[in-house]
Amino acid sequence: MTRYLELQLVEQAIITLAAMILVTSFALLGQSRVVATIRTFAWQGWLLALTTALVAWDIGHPHLYVSALLTAILKGALIPWLLTRQARQLGILRDVDSIVRPGITLLIASALVVFCYSVALPIGQLVEGVTRDVVAISLANVMLGMFMLVIRRKAVTQVVGFMALENGIFFAAVAATQGMPMVVELGVAFDVLVAVVLFGVIFFHIRESIESLDVDALNRLSEGEK
Amino acid sequence: MIALGWTLLFPLLGALILGWLAKPNAASLLNIATSAVGVMASFVLALQVLASGPIGGGLFYIDAFNVYLIALTALVGFTTAIFSRPYMTHELEQGRIGTGRLRLYHASFQGFLFTMQLALSTNNLGIMWVALEGATLATVLLVSLYRTPESVEAAWKYFILCGVGIAQALFGTVLLYLAASQAIPDADDALLWTELYRHAAELEPSVMGIAFVFLMVGYGTKVGLVPLHNWLPDAHSEGPTPMSAVLSGLLLNVALYALVRVKMLVDGSLAGETVHNPNLAGYLMMGFGMLSFIVAGLFLHRQRDIKRLFSYSSIEHMGLMTFAFGLGGPLATFGALLHMTVHSLTKSAIFVTVGHASQIAGTQSMERIRGLISTQPSVGWGLLIGTVAIAGFPPFGVFTSEFLLLSATMEAWPWLTIPLLVGIAVAFSGLFRHLQPMVFGAKPPSQDALKVNMLPVYIHLFLVLWLGLAIPGFIAGWFDQVTQLITGRGLL
Amino acid sequence: MKVVEWLFALLQMAVFVAAAPLFSAWIKRVKCWLQNRRSPPLNQPYKDLRRLFSKQVLLAHTASALFRTAPYLVFGATVIAAAVVPLIALELPTARIADAIVLVGLFGLGRFFLALAGLDVGTSFGGMGASREMTVGALAEPAMLMVIFALAMVAGSTNLSTVIQSMLAQGLALRPSLLFALLALLLVGIAETGRVPVDNPATHLELTMIHEAMILEYTGRQLALMEWAAQLKLMIYGVLVCNLFFPWGIAQTLDVASLLIAGVLLCIKLIILGAVLAVAESLIAKMRFFKAPVFLAVAFTLALVGMLSFVMLESAS
Repeated sequence: MTRYLELQLVEQAIITLAAMILVTSFALLGQSRVVATIRTFAWQGWLLALTTALVAWDIGHPHLYVSALLTAILKGALIPWLLTRQARQLGILRDVDSIVRPGITLLIASALVVFCYSVALPIGQLVEGVTRDVVAISLANVMLGMFMLVIRRKAVTQVVGFMALENGIFFAAVAATQGMPMVVELGVAFDVLVAVVLFGVIFFHIRESIESLDVDALNRLSEGEK
Repeated sequence: MIALGWTLLFPLLGALILGWLAKPNAASLLNIATSAVGVMASFVLALQVLASGPIGGGLFYIDAFNVYLIALTALVGFTTAIFSRPYMTHELEQGRIGTGRLRLYHASFQGFLFTMQLALSTNNLGIMWVALEGATLATVLLVSLYRTPESVEAAWKYFILCGVGIAQALFGTVLLYLAASQAIPDADDALLWTELYRHAAELEPSVMGIAFVFLMVGYGTKVGLVPLHNWLPDAHSEGPTPMSAVLSGLLLNVALYALVRVKMLVDGSLAGETVHNPNLAGYLMMGFGMLSFIVAGLFLHRQRDIKRLFSYSSIEHMGLMTFAFGLGGPLATFGALLHMTVHSLTKSAIFVTVGHASQIAGTQSMERIRGLISTQPSVGWGLLIGTVAIAGFPPFGVFTSEFLLLSATMEAWPWLTIPLLVGIAVAFSGLFRHLQPMVFGAKPPSQDALKVNMLPVYIHLFLVLWLGLAIPGFIAGWFDQVTQLITGRGLL
Repeated sequence: MKVVEWLFALLQMAVFVAAAPLFSAWIKRVKCWLQNRRSPPLNQPYKDLRRLFSKQVLLAHTASALFRTAPYLVFGATVIAAAVVPLIALELPTARIADAIVLVGLFGLGRFFLALAGLDVGTSFGGMGASREMTVGALAEPAMLMVIFALAMVAGSTNLSTVIQSMLAQGLALRPSLLFALLALLLVGIAETGRVPVDNPATHLELTMIHEAMILEYTGRQLALMEWAAQLKLMIYGVLVCNLFFPWGIAQTLDVASLLIAGVLLCIKLIILGAVLAVAESLIAKMRFFKAPVFLAVAFTLALVGMLSFVMLESAS
């Protein structure tokens, strides 16, 4: 406990922000309204950008500032705006994607977090600096993003889960390796952006073909039945 | 390097130009022309590398391993482009797609070739990831090109499953970077494969092990390994046939290439380990490979759609190749490399033929395709010979590579040859059971011959036969170089 | 010295009990300001209590002995809880029994008799209120315990005095576990004391009643004791939030100067907390009852994340 207190305020802030990002992952699992889900995702993007900027300040890698700015613009503003626009055009912005069993969902999510902590222990040994403890949180975010993909039933919320997964991986890159080389980060950001645009196109295709965006209704292709 | 630039630049330019070129005739010709330039450039590159050794070292790195895949990709892309011209013209006439979507098709085709060549030629593992994800993105809209509910569902599954899978691979890449940055001082160089390979022994084994698991799950999804394969039969059967041909023939190869590159690093890192199993990567690949092989062989029997049948055959063969690469050793690796080549050629030829067959019969359902040989002998015989080739009959190349693999398995793990043989037999029976009523028999009244271009098919099948009968000296030497690179020992 | 300490402890308890209605009055005043109404004077709750004490007690003829004794039991349990929570001084003899789990137990005891009293007379309102109270209680208690465990992991003990002392020793540190524990405690406190958005303390409409429904049949001094107990519970939660998470100023020795400073600082903290609560109540609409489990699940999750972040982030390996 005394070791934590020896950290500087910046480092304590980084750790607190990491925990808040974990809370947003939990919140994404529990939100049932589409608007609220997209807004929570935007919050996660902003928190991520802020954490990256603080890490950049603490460690002194200026290229992380660029990363932080890129994240803030892309994941905090642009992608939520795109998703909202697509949802509004599809008329599903006010929809509700209700959670089936929130209690069990929360318990499974907590179990996943604990599991990620144990997996991330050997990785954490290699990381220097304040972000060592944050590696486990980032892995937990990845797992919770995948879990969200599994339990969600509407296409838009599944895409938000997918984006949350990418957020988790970006966070892992910041936490474990203080960011990736710039060229890689730009490539990844470009891929993510193109993916969101393509998702929007596919939403329209889905809606045209099955008149709804409930992905459970996409079940015509199954083994040997055609 | 100029040749490399042309190999990469031309597909990219082609994609951009084809994006706004509206005339279908001109577009398909430009498609073929761009691919032709790509082929020639890749051959020049191949000759360069074979003569003077690996080139590059910064962002791009061409050695014997990827140059042959680059050439293969360009070749299959070229022949498929030739095939796609009459095929898509027919589709346009039938009204299944409009000119706008044809534009999308051509642009995505070249864009897809660009991303694959980029993935193959780059030295930076992060860029390789970006390119593989880009390949997925380029083809998603093509899977749903026909806008039927089934194709939209296939596109959605493809997007989500491959997207999630490849996100795992990104996480694995991050972990790899973590291990690398401890051993390689310059941060920007830490993702370059050449640097990582040189410092492989200094990379932290536990982290590399965890990274490999993630990378295996990620790139393995794109290879189509069971149980991550669900997207493959849907995506390969719902899109237009030229797309199925390149997806089956090329993208699976590129994903496997990525996996093998990473395995080379992990093996170097885990070599001589006492705490962790030094053969972790190999065992994982063997396990998943064997599982895919057996499961796909069993599923072959239940299929009713012709393209799904051959998609499962793709999964089966990719499983076999993964198993072979996992087994390691010069014999298995040589066999796997040969198998990558012949499978790519044969499978794309089969899909071309299948495309024509389904156009002739008007359906993809195998129960309604009959008497192909009587209807149009070139298509019927093409399908028969192609299936014979892919099932592993001598004297085709697939038999040679499977024989090499069985010999290697007999040496290292004798009792595993039994499931391999059983699986080959199961797949064989599954394919022929469905094939026989389709090609033989009288011509049904509803089927008519079509204007088809079977030349690409025959070229591919001839190449496969040649590789099976007598591998030309320089190709054998080429494979041997790659084997030496991957396993440290040559075969010949 | 021991006698002085015990006397002081009793005095502290008396002040606690006496100040509880004032805290409720302050919250009501802020809410009235926000609603642009004229608020009742700050001694209005005292006037109400005195009025109720002087009135005649009317009992339903179906009421049992439990109904007659429940108010005393509830009030007694809450007063002992008040005695246990450190108000302005730490080194008191009652500090030895100031265990957080004892606190939860005492609240549970009070809730138990309250619910039984609600059921006792046999009206539908009472039954409904009792069942809702037990639902909320069943979900709020685990969340409260999670908060306590999170605090215990940071401080190393569940004794409230020890926790406060360790908080003081830390100084100003930004810890995620404490941040989440604070948020969770706020949410649990709102649920347990029956404030908006879980229950509306100012209404007598059927649909929104939990606490009001259970005490609907009470009159006279019994009603006075029940209402006082509720106000006291609110004050206890307020003091817990202030002293556990913002303990600076609390008297660690029993001399007059530090006690005075502690008292003044506590007043200021409670004033701010009351105002924040009033603002929050005015901004948020009351939830439908079936959403109350979700609300408490959020509190539970926050406390759980607080514990997890302590293990994962703060106890560096």
